[in-house]
Amino acid sequence: MDGPSPGGEAILIRDLWKIYTRKKGMTVSSSDVANEELVEELDRGEDAVVAMKNVSLEIMQGETFIIMGLSGSGKSTLIRCLLRLVEPTSGEIIINGENVTAMNRRQLVNFRREKIAMVFQHYGLLPHRTVLDNVAFGLKLRGDDKEKQKGKAAEALDRVGLKGWENYYPASLSGGMRQRVGIARALVMDAPILLMDEPFSGLDPLIRRELQDEMIHLQKVMHKTIFFVTHDLSEALRMGDRMAIMKKGEIVQVGSPDEVIANPADDYVSRFVSDEREHMRRAEEVLARDRAGKEGTPHVS
Amino acid sequence: MFPDMFRYHVAGPVNDFINTLIEAYGPVFDSISHGILSFLLSVNSVLSFIPWWAYIAAVFLLSWYSSKKLAASVVLASLPFVIGMFGLWAMAVESLSVIITAVLMALIIGLPLGVLMAELKPVAVVLRPVLDGMQTMPSFVYLIPAMMLFGLGKVPAVLATLIYALPPVIRLTALGLNQVPKPVEEAALAYGATRWQLLKEVRLPLAMPSILAGVNQTTMMALAMVVISSMIGARGLGQEVLLSINRIDVGRGFEAGMSVVFLAIVIDRLTQNMAKRWEPPRR
Repeated sequence: MDGPSPGGEAILIRDLWKIYTRKKGMTVSSSDVANEELVEELDRGEDAVVAMKNVSLEIMQGETFIIMGLSGSGKSTLIRCLLRLVEPTSGEIIINGENVTAMNRRQLVNFRREKIAMVFQHYGLLPHRTVLDNVAFGLKLRGDDKEKQKGKAAEALDRVGLKGWENYYPASLSGGMRQRVGIARALVMDAPILLMDEPFSGLDPLIRRELQDEMIHLQKVMHKTIFFVTHDLSEALRMGDRMAIMKKGEIVQVGSPDEVIANPADDYVSRFVSDEREHMRRAEEVLARDRAGKEGTPHVS
Repeated sequence: MFPDMFRYHVAGPVNDFINTLIEAYGPVFDSISHGILSFLLSVNSVLSFIPWWAYIAAVFLLSWYSSKKLAASVVLASLPFVIGMFGLWAMAVESLSVIITAVLMALIIGLPLGVLMAELKPVAVVLRPVLDGMQTMPSFVYLIPAMMLFGLGKVPAVLATLIYALPPVIRLTALGLNQVPKPVEEAALAYGATRWQLLKEVRLPLAMPSILAGVNQTTMMALAMVVISSMIGARGLGQEVLLSINRIDVGRGFEAGMSVVFLAIVIDRLTQNMAKRWEPPRR
């Protein structure tokens, strides 16, 4: 493959498995996952957790792809496997033509520095560094020129609306502002792929909505490939071009948000989307009633 | 009573071991002893060269700079003055030089060991019982071999102090490194930090308050050894305490004891205030 091309796949995930072992000295090799009986036995037992089962996905260039699922469904494990913060037990990940699963330690470090950036639910900011230094952290790790670091970081802070906060420390920022710093730290890397692990879950609804809108706005300009994990369906509907729903480590449905709501693949998915359908039904009713009311009563002004 | 048939002594082999050490490696211990002594003497000569009022001014300024509390700084600076009034200034300086030498050696050995203990699990497994032993073994027990290997005076005192004072800095360094929040480490790794960068840019700075608490503890432990090490002929405030015990001179003992306490308070407050400056800023 010759690198990224518009419209092609940005992220290819093939038969990805992750089995966590709890017992000391117990290991599961990549060939073990082919053995269905063994996997089932591990899943039932106390000593291992099958966090991800045979996950395969294709994510296109420039799309915002949502992974949805309840907590414990394996979505955090999946997103961490993409830059090998968690080592997959078996399977293959190919990002913009590069085989991530085959990289050695040095290639992996370079890959993380250049090709991918991540936003975390718990921000992961450095408390002893100023906002500006936090944003420049990734640039510092890859050894960019100091002046360039500062300039780029200040520009990124401006983009997320935190101009003037450069010299504050994370402790003096609200949750929403901290996550803006987290987003700026990711944007400043100029990586083609952005991973977001429940970035807005810890924020109150108004701030969440504000940041979602800003993210959508930024994406219109950036055209990055965004891999977005959430457990909030309305967030998925607002942000996502396509979505996948995970249940107990497996992908149960992939499709556009509209398709998923219209045709839930199974009970689990339909339970997930039923609230949203209920909302939509009620909103339509209210609108209909409003319209009917307006037509019925003459205007008095 | 415990049956005699199970009786077994390690005292003989331990004695033999120490004797062979002395016979076979006498020159080695002599040169170690010589090195420590010359370091100690240079510390001592620097400390003796500084005039008394400079100490008091330094204590006041350091305290004022790090805490910004006027009354507390004045009280703290008056404590060394009281030691001088008791006529124990020279002895306090001698004790201080033993403490500083031992603490510096403890930091040079302890900080890297603490980092190793946090980074490599096998090191922690081996080191932990050794540290327990160093802390709980009655200090008189290793005063004897220290004296046999390094002679009388300040060098065995420094080594005994070192053994006693080393564990806290190792432990608290390792503890601080292990307590760094996982999300912060994960974020650093995600942005391409190597293991060394992770340690230097994230783990060590975040562990700093704990590491400095370890430095403070180590210094306090070293102070506690001042009196005990006087028993093998180290001069200083401890010697004064020992003399007044022998002569049953309560008043003289009180003065010497209070001087040790004052020294401890000054060192403790100064190191703690400095540790506070390393805590992550809240604003």
